[in-house]
Amino acid sequence: MSEHHHDHDHDHSELSETELRVRALETILTEKGYVEPAALDAIIQAYETKIGPHNGARVVAKAWTDPAFKKALLEDGSKAIGTLGHVSRVGDHLVVVENTPERHNMVVCTLCSCYPWEMLGLPPVWYKAAPYRSRAVKDPRGVLADFDVSLPKDMEIRVWDSTAETRFLVLPMRPAGTEGWSEEQLAELVTRDSMIGTGFPRTPGAPS
Amino acid sequence: MNGVHDMGGMDGFGKVEAEINEPVFHEEWESRVLAMVRAMGAAGAFNIDTSRFYRETIPPHVYLSSSYYKKWFLGLEEMLIEKGYLTREEVAAGHAMQPGKTLKHGKFDLTQVERIMVRGKFARPAPAPAKFNIGDRVRAKNIHPATHTRLPRYVRGHVGVVELNHGCHVFPDTAAMEHGEHPQWLYTVVFEGRDLWGEDGDPTLKVSIDAFEPYLDPA
Repeated sequence: MSEHHHDHDHDHSELSETELRVRALETILTEKGYVEPAALDAIIQAYETKIGPHNGARVVAKAWTDPAFKKALLEDGSKAIGTLGHVSRVGDHLVVVENTPERHNMVVCTLCSCYPWEMLGLPPVWYKAAPYRSRAVKDPRGVLADFDVSLPKDMEIRVWDSTAETRFLVLPMRPAGTEGWSEEQLAELVTRDSMIGTGFPRTPGAPS
Repeated sequence: MNGVHDMGGMDGFGKVEAEINEPVFHEEWESRVLAMVRAMGAAGAFNIDTSRFYRETIPPHVYLSSSYYKKWFLGLEEMLIEKGYLTREEVAAGHAMQPGKTLKHGKFDLTQVERIMVRGKFARPAPAPAKFNIGDRVRAKNIHPATHTRLPRYVRGHVGVVELNHGCHVFPDTAAMEHGEHPQWLYTVVFEGRDLWGEDGDPTLKVSIDAFEPYLDPA
């Protein structure tokens, strides 16, 4: 700690050292003319209010009800979602991987925290933390047990380590008992974790 | 670099603890850090690979004991100092003491926000034909660069199969060091769990990475 900080230790404010350092950095970037604070506010507001798992849920629900869209989605995720327009904007290199009765998919980034932000929003803390990043590629069934999820013992489990600028979204299996449901109703069943591969969609009638 | 960030296959970190109804940010400063990183990157102060490399070079004991956005903050501050966008004196003072350096894409203001809500493009024209085809057996090279790489340790030396070809992309190993984009073919390569983790490994497990062509040899 610098002498400067030490000198001021006696007049503790409510702010932590980290908060003070972050504020100082923003002050410097603003004073130097690099950033406009209102633009930072707008970024934060977008991640807090506009971008979240509801984006991915709409895509999944559409794939469950529209076989042509599902086919296009699995062939080229970015392109297929681009045609929807109203659902969400998405960058290049989104790969959608389908869960089947034979295979369960799970996504991780062992090296940092790569995650399909545009589909799911910012990743939860556990996705970015050491327990998940270390174990997902070696003991995925153990990780799933931490989520109270278990798979049939002979089901293939495929873990996608996001080591480049490709991003992966899991297309979970449509829950039974949803015949005739609308896209909007189905989207309500799609959880964030079901699109990462650490959970399943909700089942009809279960509490949300 | 063989850093502590390269976590695949490490033991001892314990259970995955998911928080119910987790907020987008736990504290306000986290949101400011995220926004500053996004803004300064979009303004052209650094590329995404360089920002990852700076987080990887945080000392291991600090990396492991810092929260996610604390690591982002530490990486950002150090990177901006080393790239000449601010000085240690300014950081200590908490104020600018000299005019800013010119940013490649100019000041990040409100008009810039929309464009960063969609990810950047990393595909590039191919400088040469792809060396590998779908279905080819390839061995991840046993390389240990002290600089940035996206080839995780747990696959090095192991044989896998090319499953997808994503086209040519910016090569992080050179881009991170500001040595140019040097586009390379990018493949999804899938490994058998037992090839990676031995006889005790889960027999139903397959793990894939996305591997740039220079990471691979024919097998």
